Amino acid sequence: MNVSATAPPVPELRPGTAAKSLRDVLVVTRRNVIRTVRIPEVVVLSLVQPIVFVLLFAYIFAGSFSLPGAANPAAYREYMMPGFFVQTLAFATAGNSSVSMANDMQSGMVDRFRSLPMARGALLTGRTLADLVQNVMVMTVMVLCALLVGWRIHHGVLRAAAAFALLLLMGYALSWVGVVIGLSVRAPEAAATSNFLWLFPLTFLSNAFVAPSTLPTVLRWAAEWNPLSATVQATRQLFGNPGLAATGAWPAQHPVLVSLSWSVLIAVVGRTLAVRRYRSAGS
Amino acid sequence: MAGAIHATGLVKTFGETRALDGVDLDVPEGSVLGLLGPNGAGKTTTVRLLATLLRPDAGTAVVAGHDVVRHPDRVRLSIGLSGQFAAVDDRLTGRENLRMIGELYGLRSRAARRRADELLDRFDLTGAADRMSSTYSGGMRRRLDLACALVVRPSVMFLDEPSTGLDPTSRLMLWDIIEDLVSQGTTILLTTQYLEEADRLARDIAVVDHGRIIARGTPRELKAQAGGQRVEAVVSRREQLDAAAALLAGYGIRTPDVDRPRGMVSVPVDGGVRLMTQVIAALDAAGIEITDIGMRRPTLDEVFLALTEVAPRDTSRTAVGAGAANEKE
Ligand SMILES: Nc1ncnc2c1ncn2[C@@H]1O[C@H](COP(=O)(O)OP(=O)(O)O)[C@@H](O)[C@H]1O
Ligand SMILES: [Mg+2]
Repeated sequence: MNVSATAPPVPELRPGTAAKSLRDVLVVTRRNVIRTVRIPEVVVLSLVQPIVFVLLFAYIFAGSFSLPGAANPAAYREYMMPGFFVQTLAFATAGNSSVSMANDMQSGMVDRFRSLPMARGALLTGRTLADLVQNVMVMTVMVLCALLVGWRIHHGVLRAAAAFALLLLMGYALSWVGVVIGLSVRAPEAAATSNFLWLFPLTFLSNAFVAPSTLPTVLRWAAEWNPLSATVQATRQLFGNPGLAATGAWPAQHPVLVSLSWSVLIAVVGRTLAVRRYRSAGS
Repeated sequence: MAGAIHATGLVKTFGETRALDGVDLDVPEGSVLGLLGPNGAGKTTTVRLLATLLRPDAGTAVVAGHDVVRHPDRVRLSIGLSGQFAAVDDRLTGRENLRMIGELYGLRSRAARRRADELLDRFDLTGAADRMSSTYSGGMRRRLDLACALVVRPSVMFLDEPSTGLDPTSRLMLWDIIEDLVSQGTTILLTTQYLEEADRLARDIAVVDHGRIIARGTPRELKAQAGGQRVEAVVSRREQLDAAAALLAGYGIRTPDVDRPRGMVSVPVDGGVRLMTQVIAALDAAGIEITDIGMRRPTLDEVFLALTEVAPRDTSRTAVGAGAANEKE
């Protein structure tokens, strides 16, 4: 059989059209989701990890820490859980996106995609959407686990849904940071390691586990304006979980607005940088 | 459209490395250009520039009628690329890989599926079509990668060392496919280290070294450039080697090369069979016994070595390559 005689000469969807761009994103998202689920232990382990952490936090930390003004471990669990959700999502999503992107660079898949008439950025958007799918799974497992150890939603389904949306949006924004990192390093191992460098400070220098008011001025200021603090504060309010006495800082007063703004800003800046890096990848 | 690939003055530097230092290329529509060069010569960089993966620091390139810098999207619609290292998704099956590529070229799902089946069949991968490609052998991955480059009919095809890692059967299959593509009017730029491959497939060859094109022409022209015809004679008795060299010098157009370990004298000549008979008669008259005598053109290997000036140190391998390199100095 002659290879080229039977080849479809003209593509049916023209590049540059909205339909083609949307399809490109979906095709890449599907490819990434398939890659994830094809190795079942990857999925299982990524879900077991939050379970282990929830249990560790709930039974070890909650036993030895206590929340000022509410001296029982159950209150600490309720207080701690939103911070824990944010931290787990941040690590999961940034880890996924940066390592997978670095893998695609190293394996030559980025070159392959860049030589195709694909929408600019479709590969990257497809990456972040696949991360979102995985974040929903991680989130679900984590919430079920949290419910088992006594964490509760107090303000109804609508507000809880808003809280989950804020969490997933922040996760989505951080996924773009991961993409930029993945496109900037030369090996997946470097991507994996680099995540610790920015995510540990980001999650610990926040109100997730400590009260910013206990920190020295500069650190306190950083913790108050930390995007993750706003998300933690907002979800505590929306879930009706106990928080700390508000410090009076502006972000702490308007956590939903601040969290939303940060997420949009991080996603937009991240995407812009990522597309720029993608276009010049390898040069 | 003036030529399917038309590049002038391509320059690309990576930090301190000047990977391309002013490359000009012209590949007429429907022809095959073999880009030949040692490791690090700049072959892959050339391919990556022409396939819109890199932007040149200077120079211009038009591929399939479109400027690679100004209209990369239009170029991408018309090209197929099989890079130096097979780029297939290791966790997708062969079939999924091909369907995905088809969809990204803009085929609808049904057409992409049909095309994937055809290519799997053509590349002898049907049996492994539904296995993750991480389970494939190197040759199978390479074939899948080539199939990916052929999902739509590319008007220009880039093949960067396509036969690396292929077994002889797969290599013949590749050659068949390339000839088939050319017969359909596809323009091909292929890089290779196998001179046999360039000789067999390419009408034109460009030799690249240190980021510059140092020679170009048909295989025949290149062979002529490295010294044309040579007479080679092997003496039976080593003590007659110098006498044979002195005698042959009278017939050659240059000083003969003497390969002592093999007892061989070789000299570039300007003449055909008649000259050969004269040489044999003269050797006979001088009482020099020979075990072997012949007239031949240099192989492309020798041309290549001569042009890139990595003449073999081991003189027993070929006197011709060394001779041609001397001539160039
Ligand atoms: N991305 C890169 N970064 C730095 N140096 C590079 C890069 N790509 C190629 N080079 C250098 O450019 C030169 C040409 O490389 P290449 O085009 O890959 O050669 P070839 O394919 O002929 O072996 C080499 O010296 C190589 O080390
Ligand atoms: Mg190369």
